[in-house]
Amino acid sequence: MGKEQERIKIRTNDFNFYYGDNRALHNISVEIPENRVVAFIGPSGCGKSTFLRSMNRMNDVIDGTSVKGAIVINGIDIYDKTVDVVELRKLVGMVFQKHIPFPKSIYDNVAYGLYLSGRKNKTEVEGIVEQSLKRSALWEEVKDRLNESAMSLSGGQQQRLCIARAVAVDPEVLLMDEPCSALDPISTAKIEELIGELKDTYTIIIVTHNMQQAARVSDFTGFFYMGNLVEFDKTRTIFTTPSKKETEDYITGRFG
Amino acid sequence: MTPQTSGTNPFRRRKRHIGERIAEFTVRLTASISILMIFLILTFVLREAWGITAFLTETNSDKTEKGVVNEGSKAASSDSSSPDTYGETEEVSPDVPEEYNSDVQETITDSGTVNTTGGDEPESYNPDVTDYSASEENKAEPNISHEKKTLVQNLTSDTWQPVSSEPKFGLMPLILGTAKTTFIAILIGAPLGILAAIYTAFFAPRRLREVMKPVIELLAGFPSVVIGFFCLMLVADFVQITFGVEYRLNAIVGGIGLAIAIVPVIFTITEDSLMSVPKSYREASLALGATEWQTAFKVMLPAALPGVVAAVLLGVGRAFGETMIALMATGNAAVYSASMVEPVRTLAATIGAEMGEVIWGSLHYNILFMLGVLLFLVSFSINALTEFFVKGMLAKKFQGGT
Repeated sequence: MGKEQERIKIRTNDFNFYYGDNRALHNISVEIPENRVVAFIGPSGCGKSTFLRSMNRMNDVIDGTSVKGAIVINGIDIYDKTVDVVELRKLVGMVFQKHIPFPKSIYDNVAYGLYLSGRKNKTEVEGIVEQSLKRSALWEEVKDRLNESAMSLSGGQQQRLCIARAVAVDPEVLLMDEPCSALDPISTAKIEELIGELKDTYTIIIVTHNMQQAARVSDFTGFFYMGNLVEFDKTRTIFTTPSKKETEDYITGRFG
Repeated sequence: MTPQTSGTNPFRRRKRHIGERIAEFTVRLTASISILMIFLILTFVLREAWGITAFLTETNSDKTEKGVVNEGSKAASSDSSSPDTYGETEEVSPDVPEEYNSDVQETITDSGTVNTTGGDEPESYNPDVTDYSASEENKAEPNISHEKKTLVQNLTSDTWQPVSSEPKFGLMPLILGTAKTTFIAILIGAPLGILAAIYTAFFAPRRLREVMKPVIELLAGFPSVVIGFFCLMLVADFVQITFGVEYRLNAIVGGIGLAIAIVPVIFTITEDSLMSVPKSYREASLALGATEWQTAFKVMLPAALPGVVAAVLLGVGRAFGETMIALMATGNAAVYSASMVEPVRTLAATIGAEMGEVIWGSLHYNILFMLGVLLFLVSFSINALTEFFVKGMLAKKFQGGT
């Protein structure tokens, strides 16, 4: 890969995922370096979201799913029986496609994750809430109305609130499942800018339909097709000289 | 640019099929009839209860008579102007079987003289005479009131003895009894229903969920007389043996019976509102490192709160108006007491128990209908509260503008 050796944050070894008997992911093996933005692109239903959700075991919620192979984060196989899913999800945060703040106040939305980990010190929580909102570039817009319902925010603000909510728990990895697909271009630009700032602290994995977005924000890009990780390389390489024909066809718009 | 006037208009309204028209008419008619029926019932109940206004200005001494003498109210009101002679007419007591009463009614209206005693009336009825003027001679009589009471005073008193020489229509024990059983029913039924709904919605395996939901909902269609019988025979024994209470049938047994009836109502609506909370809330919460419990109680339940409140309110409405279970399991004694282990009598059960034997057109009859109006008003307010308050304000607060 790169000239200097990257520190590997997440490593998957022949990871397979099944919805019932249907195999959704085929032997995915990939190494994701720390403090980088990794984008997964590919046509709908190719398994990229499934792969993303596998990394904090959100797929456990769905009935009848099973896995084979391993996803190793910080040297630990997260599908090991001894792993506590709750602790894993504190380490691996997630931002969803739909901006879904809880039906609570703006403050409570961000403080919710802190409450979960049992932090009750008011000044400490207030500090973290402010810091998280600042990190997600929302503080200036909401600082005067923290007690208003989060539902009163605009779509882009709500999505940034969701990012603030995820950041507040202080994860090491941030998974983003098409975070901008429901947003207008201005909000999208803000979120992309935010991703660039957040990568100093977090390892960010983003799934997107938008190839320009992948090209803009990511350091590494993986191309999924039919449940296979066809190609994974530096973003520049993928978008200029892809080694596989499928990748080239997809990014040049010949299919998908 | 000129609009085409000739030729066929492609947007011309299609002529509707005759079957469609008939179907639409039938549907419209059926809907109108059901609304009309509710309106008619309300009008009927109100009209019957309206009779009470004729008694409002009377004192309780007049009432006994008026309760019987429906049409001859003039005769009765002329009586009240001459209370000294009242004792003789007072033989007409509600204890007297109906035939007697009608005879007396005729006697009074025909003769117009208050001295006339009821022709068929046995002499033995005289000692039962309740009259403030005669009361000094009958101090031993426990049920004699020594003062004139207006109807309003009577209604707000704490004794419900509609059938006695001097009927007492104190609604307080009935209202208190209804409040007690409803309270117990909600106290037991609401947590059961809500927690069962939370379990079914979030924790139960899918197989179990598919069984649990229909089974609990089946309970909603259970005949209330069966629940009442169950409480009468088994729950009453259980409560008496377990808690060693003095009265076998009491407010707690009735409350348990009503709880059985309202659990399915609360369960179904709560479960539906929990399931209608977007699944994404659950995922978002879990993704933040919340446990299933934290998610259920801190995110899902608050988000479904309007529905849960509505469920509980509907449960209150059901418990409030439930007749058969209350009739069978509460002991049906209008005891005015705060104790939970004494028998109670609810408003609905009172109507159910007494309507069949009440003298048509009497004050008692009118008051029973007034209880009906009261029940209707409370149910209506609860439903209105659910509709406007819960769906309007709470929903806005907890679910945003969506």
